[in-house]
Amino acid sequence: MAEPVLAVDNLATHFFTRDGVVKSVDGVSFTVAPGEVLGLVGESGSGKSVTGFSIMGLIDPPGRIVSGSIRLKGEELVGRTEAEMRAVRGRSLAMIFQDPMMTLNPVLRIDTQMMEAVQAHEKVSDKAARDRAVQALAQVGIPSPEERLSAYPHQFSGGMRQRVAIAIALIHRPALIIADEPTTALDVTIQSQILAEVQKLCAESGTALVWITHDLAVVAGLADRVAVMYAGRIVEQGLVDHVLDRPLHPYTHGLIGSVPGEAMPGKRLMQIPGSTPSLGRLPPGCAFEPRCSRAVETCRAGAPPLAQGSQGRAYRCINPVPAEEAA
Amino acid sequence: MSVTTSNPVPAQGEFARFAARFAEDRVAVFGLVLLFVIVAMALLAPFISPQNPYDLGKVDIMDSRQPPGAKAGDGFAMLLGSDGMGRDLFSSILYGLRISLTVGVLSGVLAATLGLVLGLIAAYAGGRIETLIMRIVDLQLSLPSVLVALILVALLGKGIDKIILALVVVQWAYYARTVRGSALVERRKEYVEAARSLGLSHARTVFRHILPNCLAPVIVIATVQTAHAISLEATLSFLGVGLPQTEPSLGVLIANGFQYMLSGKYWISFFPGLALLLTIVAINLVGDRLRDVLNPRLEK
Amino acid sequence: MLAFVIRRLAQAFFVVVAMVVLVFFGTYVIGDPVWMMVPGDATQEQVEEVRRTFGFDQPVYMQFLTFLGDVLRGEFGRSYVHGSSAIGLILDRMPATLELALAALVLAIVIGLPLGLFAGLKPDHPASRGIMAVSILGFSLPTFWVGLMLIMLFSVMLGWLPATGRGPTMVILGIETSLFSLEGWRHLFLPALNLALLKISLVIRLTRSGAREASLQDYVKFARAKGLSPRRIIGVHILKNIMIPIVTVLGLEFGSLVAFSVVTETIFAWPGMGKLLLEAIQRLDRPLIVGYVMVVVLLFVTINLIVDILYSALDPRVRLTGSQS
Repeated sequence: MAEPVLAVDNLATHFFTRDGVVKSVDGVSFTVAPGEVLGLVGESGSGKSVTGFSIMGLIDPPGRIVSGSIRLKGEELVGRTEAEMRAVRGRSLAMIFQDPMMTLNPVLRIDTQMMEAVQAHEKVSDKAARDRAVQALAQVGIPSPEERLSAYPHQFSGGMRQRVAIAIALIHRPALIIADEPTTALDVTIQSQILAEVQKLCAESGTALVWITHDLAVVAGLADRVAVMYAGRIVEQGLVDHVLDRPLHPYTHGLIGSVPGEAMPGKRLMQIPGSTPSLGRLPPGCAFEPRCSRAVETCRAGAPPLAQGSQGRAYRCINPVPAEEAA
Repeated sequence: MSVTTSNPVPAQGEFARFAARFAEDRVAVFGLVLLFVIVAMALLAPFISPQNPYDLGKVDIMDSRQPPGAKAGDGFAMLLGSDGMGRDLFSSILYGLRISLTVGVLSGVLAATLGLVLGLIAAYAGGRIETLIMRIVDLQLSLPSVLVALILVALLGKGIDKIILALVVVQWAYYARTVRGSALVERRKEYVEAARSLGLSHARTVFRHILPNCLAPVIVIATVQTAHAISLEATLSFLGVGLPQTEPSLGVLIANGFQYMLSGKYWISFFPGLALLLTIVAINLVGDRLRDVLNPRLEK
Repeated sequence: MLAFVIRRLAQAFFVVVAMVVLVFFGTYVIGDPVWMMVPGDATQEQVEEVRRTFGFDQPVYMQFLTFLGDVLRGEFGRSYVHGSSAIGLILDRMPATLELALAALVLAIVIGLPLGLFAGLKPDHPASRGIMAVSILGFSLPTFWVGLMLIMLFSVMLGWLPATGRGPTMVILGIETSLFSLEGWRHLFLPALNLALLKISLVIRLTRSGAREASLQDYVKFARAKGLSPRRIIGVHILKNIMIPIVTVLGLEFGSLVAFSVVTETIFAWPGMGKLLLEAIQRLDRPLIVGYVMVVVLLFVTINLIVDILYSALDPRVRLTGSQS
């Protein structure tokens, strides 16, 4: 395997609030190979977005990366100064946000927002920056980009705005894009268009992608590998086909069972009882134990160790789902 | 105001919770204590001031323009000095506070009542009546209060009743606008429908059900507006178009000291102004906190 | 956009008409100006003479029509006290007041904006708490008393700046101004600062809450994700967003600065139209009072119009809805 674009090792990001320390991300490790698409899956509050922002270096107080390492093309990002991070952001590392209605500044024209992205990293003339912006818009499938460039965000639909955001993210051909649920706020039809577009563009430019989502169906169609997060930890990861066909962790199993299309017709949808635990007060053992149907006495004793399998398969469970149930 | 009987008035436990939330901000608690002290001092002025500054038998012209701490002819120390007529400034300030607070509170209560009634009528009646009332409110709010008050007082003449009238005119619109706003929200809620379907009269629905739910914003505005009214009265009195010399509020005291200012006898204007400032700061601190506590939108 | 302007003009017209009616009846019903114009020992004949000369013997509606005609011609009669045209007196004094109000507005922005920005971007910094405490104090300070204290400190005790009056003026582009001499600035500074005081607090609060809100928005995070410098994010992305409410509010507040200059001008003996108004009020000089009110109302209405148009120029979203309606 080639050297990974991104290697996250034992990352921990905590928020020091007045009510105590919230361990949003606590010991997360994964890698992304060049051009690879990793699906980072979890419920809201599982720490998947915080992981994304940690990689970008956009964690604001009271949050802080307390330990671990994030290496982008072999270079350590943790511990860099803000100015050093700024040189990376938008250039070799870009991000797309969840709500396209909110990511573009409402009072600035599209050209301003695109040209400043170009000029933040390259000393080029306004004319050259503008040309780059036109190209980028055309690339993401916006008709008559020349004209649309001088419009304001509110004159675009949600899907169009997300295309603009994607164009901005791709403008420097970054090695990695972090996409934080970029299709959740869009209509279903637009969703699949955007998905296809991003997949195509990343393949063309060799950009790796970390796609953060709560939607397993999206992951199934898009990702090469998947990592499932629960309560600040990755509980299971591996190749998409392996994980989805034969989940080992009961939580992954439950997630798959609760997707309507995946369940057998006529069979009742599975539900995971209870709700995501408060990250401030996690149980001493496995965080999923209170909701787990397969929990045994030893689950409460301590956090389950990481069990490694072949082809990057790993999971944290001492009583994994047996093969006959998983199917 | 008919508030005491119906259910939305905070019960015992609710009030305790409210008080606890209020007390989280130490600065606001300081403001509240300061306000209590000021009001108490004003109320007790005849008992705690060393001199009745308006009893001509007690005031000696020989004591005039003494600096802070000087001994008066009667032997007591004039803590804050004396004014041009030989009155002990500390005593004058206590008496002046009484007048300033009276004007502020009375005009506030009257303006709140007027604004409440008109605001409720606007919200409840709707249609032309609402348009008319709200147009007047808009007009009123678009003009700076100091100008309106100045011209009103100029036309009405001096006197405590006239200045209160002028202050009511410049304040009522704030209440009316706010009350209408919250009454419109309340009116759409289910319990008003329920009250109506029970066959309750309009007046009863408005005063028993809508009004108590509009009170929180009114209380917040009332604190800010009362501080504003006190300041405005002082300004008008300072300009010589507010209260006459026979009703020496803090503003009148400051005006009286103005002529001595350029000769360096600062205290005659300074201390009444400081009293005025402390009063307004205390009220604003309490008002600020009340807004935070009573505004559910800001609650976490 | 055109429909928007027309609608706003109609509103402005309504305000002016309402004010004309209010002012007329206010001055007609309350107080009889004749008694202010005749000596205390005047005979009945003398009083009637004055009444006729000034047209006070006419029926109310006639007086109103005369008044209306006068207003339309911009004529409010002669000042009882000065004997010359009221509107002329007011317009003579207007540049001094506008100069003062403008200087106060500029001071409010120059002082308030950076402080508010700092407090909004670093809400937990101790200096931010200090700034907010000062702004609460600024809201509470009675303007006239602060004026006195400024005179006491800077003029009486330190002797740095003059306490009263306006510096030497010259006529630039037909406007009399004191902005082109050091002495003029020395005279202007204290009254302008005094007048600016309340607005400084206002600008601090507006900027702070705007900056706090904007800095939490996704578009700021996205701008950071693009690798933009903090200077660009604050100076362009955040500032442009918070300028909208600030310009709106400050524009509207300009009128209140003009109104409040009555107080400041009196304290600092600044020869503007506010001081003129106060003198007119003390002597019940009706034409001057009426003239002042009408001038200020017109000024207000004009300012509101300009602010609305500026607002739509700043906020693209408003521009769109304006053109659609």
